[in-house]
Amino acid sequence: MNFLNAFLFSGIACFLAQVILDNTKFTPGHVTSLFTVFGAFLGLFGLYDKFIEFAGGGATVLISNFGYQLYNSAMLGYEEMGILGLFSGLLTKGSCAIVGVIIFSFILMLIFKPRD
Amino acid sequence: MNKDEYKKLVDKLTPKENKSKNAFYSFLVGGLMGVIAEALVVLGTNLFKLPKTEAYLWVCLIIIFFGCLLTALGFFDNLVSKAKAGLIIPTTGFAHSVMSATLDYKRDGFITGVGANYLKLAGSVILYGILSAFFCACIGVIFHG
Repeated sequence: MNFLNAFLFSGIACFLAQVILDNTKFTPGHVTSLFTVFGAFLGLFGLYDKFIEFAGGGATVLISNFGYQLYNSAMLGYEEMGILGLFSGLLTKGSCAIVGVIIFSFILMLIFKPRD
Repeated sequence: MNKDEYKKLVDKLTPKENKSKNAFYSFLVGGLMGVIAEALVVLGTNLFKLPKTEAYLWVCLIIIFFGCLLTALGFFDNLVSKAKAGLIIPTTGFAHSVMSATLDYKRDGFITGVGANYLKLAGSVILYGILSAFFCACIGVIFHG
């Protein structure tokens, strides 16, 4: 049952993104930024927690999860250190994606050649 | 030729894309990505006894690694041209944008090429993600205490 939820949730999110891409002048860059911002907003209203409970991996695989992670770790940082925690804690969970993408892309860049 | 005629001509000459087919494929592929991620989460929590939050982060890393690898091997562009948003909205799109920028600017050298340009496409995600998360967190702090 959880697999069906995951399929439906991420499928519908991608479907919405494709509808936006096809019917407006937005580029993929616009849409991914929009989804990231949306993830943070949904985190603010406590909705993204429920989506993750509902869809599991289906909600965490989307780019909007990145925005939610940033929001969530900023709030956790605030609980620990107050205002300073907003600044120092904001990237704790999100750094997984940023550091991962930098490390992997650099190593693979050394191995592979660009195609023409 | 006035503006309206020109607009009509442009509309006529831009290739028409099959919107419903695109939307269907992105739904299907996006859903499959969700199922793969969920399967990896189930694997991680059952086989390696990870807590759920850690399993999500591991899955995020694995998905990013495969996004980078497929881009470096050159398969990803073909896949995206079929699946469209189904591969852009999952984290693979983020990985793809960094990896392709890094590969493209490799020939310009390590500092002025790779170093200066690797976040060229993914920079907007990071910038607006941090901005919106920060302001949402400020609002959350004010309202939830």
